[in-house]
Amino acid sequence: MTPNLNLWLIPVLPLAGAAINGFFGKKSSRTAVSVIALVFSGAAFVWALTAVARFWPGDVPYRELLAHWIRSGTFSADFAFYLDRLSVVMMLVVTGVGFLIHVYSVGYMWDDPGYYRFFSYLNLFMFFMLTLVLANNYLVMFIGWEGVGLASYLLIGFWFTKDSAASAGKKAFIVNRIGDFGFLIGLFLLIQHFGSLNFVQVFNQVQPMPSETAGTGLLTTIGILLMVGACGKSAQIPLYVWLPDAMEGPTPVSALIHAATMVTAGVYMVSRSHMIFERAPIALTVVAIIGTLTAFFAATVGIAQTDIKKVLAYSTVSQLGYMFMACGVGAFSAGIFHLMTHAFFKGLLFLGAGSVIHAVGGEQDMRKMGGLRSYIPWTFLTMAIATLAISGIIPFAGFWSKDEILWKAYQANPVYWAMGAITAFITSFYMFRLLFMTFFGEYRAAKVNEYGRVPHAHDDEGHGHGEPHESPAVMLVPLLILAFLSTVGGLVGIHNGFEHFLRPVFGPESPEAISNGSSGLEFLLMGVSLAFALAGATVAYLLYVSRPYLPDRFAESLGGLYRAVFNKYYVDELYAKVFVNPLVNGSTRILWQDIDRKVIDDTVNDAADGARYVSDEVRHMESGNLRSYAGWIAAGAAVLIAYMAWEGAGR
Amino acid sequence: MRTLDHNILTLVTFVPLAGALLLVLLPRRDRDIRIFALVTSLLTFVLSLHLPVYFKRPLHLGTGFHYEVNSPWISSPTIHYHIGIDGISLWLVVLTTFLTPLCVLISWKSVHDRVKEFFILLLILETALIGVFVALDLFLFYFFWEATLIPMALLIGIFGHERKVYAAVKFFMYTMIASMFMLAAILWLYAHTGTFDFVEIQTQIRAGGVPNLSAAALWLFLGFFIAFAVKVPLFPFHTWLPDAHVEAPTAGSVLLAGVLLKMGTYGMLRFNLGLFPEQSRQNAPWIVVLALIGIIYGALVAMVQPNMKKLIAYSSVSHLGFVVLGIFSFTQAGLNGAMFVMLAHGVSTGALFMLAGVLHERRHTYEISEFGGLASPMPIYAASFLFIVLASVGLPLLNGFVGEFLVLSGAFQSRAIYGILGATGVIWSACYLLWMYQRVFYGKVTHAVNNSLLDLEGFEKAAVWPCALAALVMGVAPIIWLAAIDPTTHSALVPLAQMTAKVVGQ
Repeated sequence: MTPNLNLWLIPVLPLAGAAINGFFGKKSSRTAVSVIALVFSGAAFVWALTAVARFWPGDVPYRELLAHWIRSGTFSADFAFYLDRLSVVMMLVVTGVGFLIHVYSVGYMWDDPGYYRFFSYLNLFMFFMLTLVLANNYLVMFIGWEGVGLASYLLIGFWFTKDSAASAGKKAFIVNRIGDFGFLIGLFLLIQHFGSLNFVQVFNQVQPMPSETAGTGLLTTIGILLMVGACGKSAQIPLYVWLPDAMEGPTPVSALIHAATMVTAGVYMVSRSHMIFERAPIALTVVAIIGTLTAFFAATVGIAQTDIKKVLAYSTVSQLGYMFMACGVGAFSAGIFHLMTHAFFKGLLFLGAGSVIHAVGGEQDMRKMGGLRSYIPWTFLTMAIATLAISGIIPFAGFWSKDEILWKAYQANPVYWAMGAITAFITSFYMFRLLFMTFFGEYRAAKVNEYGRVPHAHDDEGHGHGEPHESPAVMLVPLLILAFLSTVGGLVGIHNGFEHFLRPVFGPESPEAISNGSSGLEFLLMGVSLAFALAGATVAYLLYVSRPYLPDRFAESLGGLYRAVFNKYYVDELYAKVFVNPLVNGSTRILWQDIDRKVIDDTVNDAADGARYVSDEVRHMESGNLRSYAGWIAAGAAVLIAYMAWEGAGR
Repeated sequence: MRTLDHNILTLVTFVPLAGALLLVLLPRRDRDIRIFALVTSLLTFVLSLHLPVYFKRPLHLGTGFHYEVNSPWISSPTIHYHIGIDGISLWLVVLTTFLTPLCVLISWKSVHDRVKEFFILLLILETALIGVFVALDLFLFYFFWEATLIPMALLIGIFGHERKVYAAVKFFMYTMIASMFMLAAILWLYAHTGTFDFVEIQTQIRAGGVPNLSAAALWLFLGFFIAFAVKVPLFPFHTWLPDAHVEAPTAGSVLLAGVLLKMGTYGMLRFNLGLFPEQSRQNAPWIVVLALIGIIYGALVAMVQPNMKKLIAYSSVSHLGFVVLGIFSFTQAGLNGAMFVMLAHGVSTGALFMLAGVLHERRHTYEISEFGGLASPMPIYAASFLFIVLASVGLPLLNGFVGEFLVLSGAFQSRAIYGILGATGVIWSACYLLWMYQRVFYGKVTHAVNNSLLDLEGFEKAAVWPCALAALVMGVAPIIWLAAIDPTTHSALVPLAQMTAKVVGQ
């Protein structure tokens, strides 16, 4: 018998922090705001650790009912929580990395006038994210799902006086809503066929159902609809467009929400629904294809970006693609493994980028950086570790998880593997490009700015320093902890350790998958992808360190292709032309001005005018004499009542 | 307690009217008049809380209605003072009594001419609105139904903005003419059943004892339906609404959107479904199509409105489309959801109109382009506005979500495509509301005059924040409301289910 873990406290603690800072933060000191924010998010982490300790070994899921929520007919959804080893991983990543980013933000946001607001939103995000990962039914998960979208909206648009930030926030919310539309329809199907949204009740009914190998069926439809939702939240093709824009938010937000946690919600949701997907091979294939394409496509965009955060944003989209690829080939534990290591190294990369931006006074353009190695050595060290990790260099964290995915992908279909391996090459290239452009060579800010001052691209973020300088300890310590995790975090995957850990959730590997692979082939593939990663790093070194004049020449000779990549393949422009503009113009001209005004309303008014023309008396109304108008009402009412009396008597 | 139970509904209905009559006698001291109106409406609200609190007591007459009163009023024609509430009308009454004191508050400063007349009309309107929801005699119902028109038209026509007379006349004529069809249907029923009593007519219809009903049923159904459809308003009968809202004073808009529109959807539930289940089934397909058009069309037209109040008005067309969709899905989720959307929309759209009024009070315009960057000079206002916007876009844990979710899941059960088309509404509502919010609040202040705008004042907070709180409580604990709604919608669907069974049996 498992003791009562009081899981509800884990999300509710940050909610309390958000409420306190939201209501009282404006008049409190920065220190007080920081204490509240850190204590409540830290308490969530501690409580999560305690819960895990008491839950251990956790091979039997734990459920907890807090309160009833919706009751309608036979349908019910409750505020209830669910803990198994999958939610343990998610919960620890969210609270752990989340807490570190809270600490970092104390330093990063200290000078911002909206300090209390920032921490209130950040705590609110924690509440919703933890609700998402601890839910025991799809509807409570949906609370978290939409709620993190809200937190994301608020934090992307945190500097709301900037139009681009406000637009980016709105874009993120609306694009996510498109995904949620699919998610909702999926939920309706679940309700219709299983009468419940409770995980256990749904999956118990799904389990005996056969795999839908021939054509499509119910589970395939549900799976694809859920995946539409996941595509929105996890920024997959074709709904990824909001994530690069989301970089308008403060950098700690990019680290926490748009790299480490929220954007992985789609991967978590698909993994949570593995029971459905495993019986819907077509839905799985769709997931795998979308993931593979997204991984590759976003990586190519990353090559040509010059904004340090934009590179990381496209890199995130690409890495999420890997996770989708993993889920799509049925390797859910590999997907979750990469989710975890990615949270470490990508969180670190963003925080490091923040430290760089902080050091150079708000500049984000890598062409105006360079040579920062000597100014900010700790930031350089940690970012170098993260770069090694994401590029998949042994023995850093990303190597183990990415390798696991590629191995599983190869077993499903070598094409996935090939695309993944090429993507690994590109990833390594653009990440080392970032590292070299930022930290190697000479500091280029002075060259760019003819007045010899460090430019301030972001008024709100500017700190007004001259020389680049290292960040304070409160920012460096989280960097170092994440660097440590990015170094050793992958070791849990050795000998399939991570997969073993998640076996109670995802079940044992299918026998054919085991017999398919010989360990010799696995080592060979490992060597190939490692070679790809090293090759990418080498090319980046040649282009950006030893022969820095080459990239511009390449760009020139590639012409149109380069411009297309630089402009992100004009996808935003395409969406604007195909969807947004026709919708707005059509609604304005056709729906509103033509149909609503000319057709419907003029008909109504013409009818009224006609009646008015016929009746002399009614014309008095035009004079606006309300007294006579009221008189007419009274007279009309009197006639009516008289008529009714007559009608009643005449029966 | 039994006497109170017996009289509570009469009290709740007529205390506002009594207050209005007393106001007539009061001297024209504006402050006193405001306080008196506030006290009256608050008293009504407190009294009305008795209704849900003791709702679970055993029924008195066994008709399915609580707190029932049935006493003869006029002997020829036979009109009874028959009132009572069930799970459908209970919360609509409370919604009315909840919003009225807030209307008094939000009008505290914005109404300074003819203050006395304003509050007299407001209180008369409250009685008429409550009367509509409690009346169980068709004559009484029709009386209250039309009685709402006069104070509302006068509120728009006297206290409105530039084109107030046009809007008032349009509102009055449009809904009045549509109501004539309902009146004809009511008179037919009286002529053939000998009673105006809803319960009795329903019993006679169900027993099959009404002569010539089968020939007339479709026309009767349509007679009621057209009156309700205009009031809702269902596409394409909606064009009076934006005009009425733009010209109406804030309190008028709040009650118009918050309660008056629900008279239409309430009528559909009570009379179309209650008296003519078979015709409801037969006509559902085109009604659902109109509702779906309303959801999508209303939202798209809302999106491109340059005027904030028109935007909210069209968004009401969209939201009320959800209600109609839910009702004509004939599923319990759909009906529960429809009820919940009615209440949620009343609270959050009521609040949106109050917030729009706050801006109008300061700048005398609703044009969105006149604003921009308001989050800097008016942070509390901006935060309150955002909260209500989020409630309105259906964010889970706020009130909009529960109703929309239930309606859509019900619609999906009745036919997948209904749910799918309706669910696009979750995208559209985010588009029009967040875009409007961005243009009004984000960016830099574009008009210098907006830099010195006053943030929310005390009485405005007192009007808006209760709505925000209600939106939160309804979102977190919808079970409080559903507990009363669910059994009623369940029994409302029984005749429909029997009908289906009969059809299947054949």
